[in-house]
Amino acid sequence: MARLNVNPTRMELKKLKARLSTAVRGHKLLKDKSDEMVRRFTVLLREDKRLRDEVETGLSAALKQFALAGALTPAYAQETAFSMPTVSVEANCETESVMGVDVPKITLSGERSAARLPYAYSEITSEADGSVQMVSALLPKLIRLAEVEKAVRLLADEIERNKRRVNALEYIMIPQLEETIKYIRNKLDENERAAMVRLMKVKSKA
Amino acid sequence: MMQGKMAIVGNAETITVFKAAGVDTFPVKDEKSARETLRKAAREYAVIFLTEDYALLLKDFLKRFDEEAYPVVLPIPSGKDTGYGEAFLKSAMERALGVDILFDK
Repeated sequence: MARLNVNPTRMELKKLKARLSTAVRGHKLLKDKSDEMVRRFTVLLREDKRLRDEVETGLSAALKQFALAGALTPAYAQETAFSMPTVSVEANCETESVMGVDVPKITLSGERSAARLPYAYSEITSEADGSVQMVSALLPKLIRLAEVEKAVRLLADEIERNKRRVNALEYIMIPQLEETIKYIRNKLDENERAAMVRLMKVKSKA
Repeated sequence: MMQGKMAIVGNAETITVFKAAGVDTFPVKDEKSARETLRKAAREYAVIFLTEDYALLLKDFLKRFDEEAYPVVLPIPSGKDTGYGEAFLKSAMERALGVDILFDK
């Protein structure tokens, strides 16, 4: 391990000792942070998996139903039936801090009653009603999945960055400082011994 | 707190039904138009759903949304099974943990 390029003086020794203790403390803190982030991450990951499976089955059922409705009505009729939506959903967007990472927190607002369909019953078959209802019911889950998945992405990035910091401290910074401190100590001791020997020699001549 | 709108980008057949549920729809035909639409939608919408087939094509483009909390781009299954969800979870797990905790059965 390479040591830092410094003058072997008492001043430097003091400075380096202070740096080392900061580095060690920082390393411990970052390591704790990393552990906690990984814990949260695994919780989120499991939730993401569960939600994704649910959404996948729900959505494919809704789409199948909708395709059925599409097959029973001419394409242009379907297009006009769905061209003017009557309901609108709004998302209240906030952010929440998970271990210092800002993750989205979304709540739905606005009218979401699937009872109000955007078309007259004569326009399209009842299969369409079902699919619209299914999708409306799925929306809260989709929003939750959006939240969780984004959090997983953000946390994964942060964990990676944090890991790099911990490793840099553990394997580069701290060993380097320790090595340099040792080197300065040896050098200072050496100087002291040299001074002693010189004194003894001067004394024996006198 | 801010108010955000929701949008969905994808092929027309999949996304029409979302219109009735109150989500703004942007039908796209190919990779290029999807990219353009996303770029525009990202400025206006807080939550953007994207069908998985396009999410696969635009994988690298979507990385730019991973820096900030908003907008949230969520790839959703589009009926066809693309395996996107599993691949995503796997890669996230690999990067953050280094071990497989979900699919190791």
